Amino acid sequence: MKYEYWLACIRGVSAQKKICLREYMKTAEAIYYIEETQLRRFEFLNEKDCNKIIQAKKKKDLDVDYRKMCEKEIRFIPCFSEHYPKRLKEIADYPYAIYVKGALPGERTKKAALIGARRCTPYGEKYAIDFAKALAECGVEIISGMARGIDGMGHRGALLAGGKTYAVLGSGVDVCYPREHIGLYVDILEQGGGILSEQPPGTAPLPQNFPARNRIISGLSDAVLVMEAGEKSGSLITVDLALEQGRDVYALPGPINSSLSGGCNYLIHQGAGLLLSPEALLEEWEIRRKDTLSESEKTVKNEKMLESAEKLVYSCLGLNPKTPDQIVRETKLCVKKVLELLVSLELQGYIREISKNYYVISR
Amino acid sequence: MSFSTSLSAVVEGLQVDLIHVEADVSNGLPVFHMVGYLSSEVREAGERVRTAIKNSGFSYPAKRTVINLSPATLRKRGASFDLPIAVSILAALDQIPTGNFEECLVIGELGLNGQVKKVPGILPIVMKAVEHGITRCIVPRENAAEAALVKGVTVIGVDSLRETAALLQGKVQKSSCEAEVLSGTADDEADGEGLPDFSELQGQENVRRAAEIAVAGGHNLLMIGPPGSGKSMTAKCIAGILPPLDEKESMEITKIYSVLGMVDERAPLIRKRPFREVHHTVTRAALIGGGTVPRPGEISLAHEGVLFLDELPEFKKSVLEVLRQPLEERSIQISRTYGNYRFPANFMLVAAMNPCPCGCYPDMEKCTCTPAQIQTYLGRISRPFLDRIDLCAEAPRVNYRDLAAPQRRECSSDIRKRVAGARKIQAERYRGTDISSNSMLRGKDLNRYCPLGKKEENLMERAFSVMNLTARGCHRIIKTARTIADMDGEERIRERHLKEALCYRMVDEKYWRR
Repeated sequence: MKYEYWLACIRGVSAQKKICLREYMKTAEAIYYIEETQLRRFEFLNEKDCNKIIQAKKKKDLDVDYRKMCEKEIRFIPCFSEHYPKRLKEIADYPYAIYVKGALPGERTKKAALIGARRCTPYGEKYAIDFAKALAECGVEIISGMARGIDGMGHRGALLAGGKTYAVLGSGVDVCYPREHIGLYVDILEQGGGILSEQPPGTAPLPQNFPARNRIISGLSDAVLVMEAGEKSGSLITVDLALEQGRDVYALPGPINSSLSGGCNYLIHQGAGLLLSPEALLEEWEIRRKDTLSESEKTVKNEKMLESAEKLVYSCLGLNPKTPDQIVRETKLCVKKVLELLVSLELQGYIREISKNYYVISR
Repeated sequence: MSFSTSLSAVVEGLQVDLIHVEADVSNGLPVFHMVGYLSSEVREAGERVRTAIKNSGFSYPAKRTVINLSPATLRKRGASFDLPIAVSILAALDQIPTGNFEECLVIGELGLNGQVKKVPGILPIVMKAVEHGITRCIVPRENAAEAALVKGVTVIGVDSLRETAALLQGKVQKSSCEAEVLSGTADDEADGEGLPDFSELQGQENVRRAAEIAVAGGHNLLMIGPPGSGKSMTAKCIAGILPPLDEKESMEITKIYSVLGMVDERAPLIRKRPFREVHHTVTRAALIGGGTVPRPGEISLAHEGVLFLDELPEFKKSVLEVLRQPLEERSIQISRTYGNYRFPANFMLVAAMNPCPCGCYPDMEKCTCTPAQIQTYLGRISRPFLDRIDLCAEAPRVNYRDLAAPQRRECSSDIRKRVAGARKIQAERYRGTDISSNSMLRGKDLNRYCPLGKKEENLMERAFSVMNLTARGCHRIIKTARTIADMDGEERIRERHLKEALCYRMVDEKYWRR
């Protein structure tokens, strides 16, 4: 297996070429011990590729590297392994091998990719969590990229529901990027999910790795859900890849004046599935929801507890952050009273302060 | 008689030492010697004095002259010894009777024509003189009003050496310069003059209220908001609602300004709380004080007043960090190999900053900053520094409606009355202690002055867990709530006071690390 690992680690030779080469030579070991002249005879390999392979042979500490990877409990799964996700192998440019920490996505379960902007609004955040949570409750596995913004929220939502979620990284599986998501990284593994990557362990999060990792996110899943994306967002590239791979694409509609929802609205216009509620989506997928308390019952329960002045302030708030000044203008209450009510609502968990003196209703 | 001595003084930091200026004129080679650990500007006094004596119509015989400034171990600086040296020489030459200036402090710089010029630090010098039982001070005319602020001493202002000599010879009589009569409390109208008024500030309910609370309790205030939202304007308005000064505080402030030569000649007493705006390029020494002979810095100039730091994250981190100790101790100690200097620095800090480099966060439609950029921007201000700020409020972007249809707003003088009322309650509560405002309460004082009821305790307990407060954060909230209760005229802190204080809490770790 260490020779397979060696072959997978060679940078700059495409996955297809590696697969072709291995088909000819039958094993990676044979490739490792191949004569240079024979190597140069392969027509699909150009001068550069050959040099790369020859260069890679000179690497000395192959054994050490391989052992280290095993010690870190990172599994190395080449494309001809029986463990290699079948869904991923369906796509045209499937990776030669993937590295996994933790578990692989289930073969029979429904898998949904949640994608969206890093810079997201409270609106996108809320629904990324809501959808991920509702889907995970029904056993749908959530796949995303563990980036800031929507990705992180998607994982978080699935974890809240106690579900399994999988992160596909643009770095090595042992490199947590962004660093502040280390808590998320640990939680994903703890709840039986997994961290996947095409890059060998220790690879830094290089910008060029990210578009390639997006094809794996969509490749692994059955459907791609775009929560919030600008008109020129990278998420739209993922959507293109998903469509090429034949995956279903859904988008969350947003306000038409919000540039961060422009991409989503465009997708809907182009015929993407419309995300109205997690329930509707589950129904479409013919998955039964387990919990019984309906959404309407919940809100009734919520509002009962509030006194009338609190209700007035609460009704002013939404997912767009508002300042006390705006609330003063709308409610005509004095600023003292508004501040007092805001703290009451915050302490009761109805609203939250997303930045200094900017409030939104909590999820 | 060939020997004579007169009394003068030197200022180091804010500390004054009395100096004896001795002169001896005797037969020998006509040389002019000056001794007594002198800096070069004191050494140059020789030339000025000899020429001034000659030009004032006195004869200066070709004799050996020795000047000694004692105590000889103390470093002497400044040009304020010119006049006492001249007086000592004239007495040694028997042109002035010696007995006429015993128990008299003489100070002033001389021009070559014998004119007496003003010198800095008169107020602390005269105060020290009175402590030592001196009853008469001869000071430059321009400094006379300042010196006259001190009670129990005869202050005589002089214009020239000739006038001084005539006075000491008993040829003319001059009455003591009287301090201008203080017109009771500083009159309100004149106080706010030239400052922006709160009635001109449109919108900004939140910041307006936060500013009032901050001033009422002397709390440090941080305003966060996009550019052009009126943060700097609010800060300047704060200058107009500061509570009146009492006489002791006035004198203390004037003393600092006197040492730096920043006192107005005609109305020397400072009766308004200072408002110092510092640019973010300020150096450490300019801010806290420094130099070979330490001079008070901006934080001491803001003593009993407001220090305003606009664009807080633009300040050098090392500069902000030195503020930590004075914010806690309310004074600053500057150490040099030859001694320590302590300057008072009991100021209220008002700071303003943008929420992110572009200023639009959390409006994601407009904000162009990456999370990492916001992080670095906020990271320039350290946690311990923020821990010393009691109130934090957001100043949102002003909307067009507020600008287009200006409403008549409450004006500064009304707010000032409320502030003064709250300060009065505090002064009574803390009588006999070293505390003067709620902001100065320490953790151990809270139980005594800010007891919480059962309901209030429950609220704080809940807030502690829900809002992730720290122990220090809790103290700050209770202190702020104390001030809000004082503004309400309430004896006890109620739930609503705590809730309002919670709204102004410092952005906690979570947001700051976002």
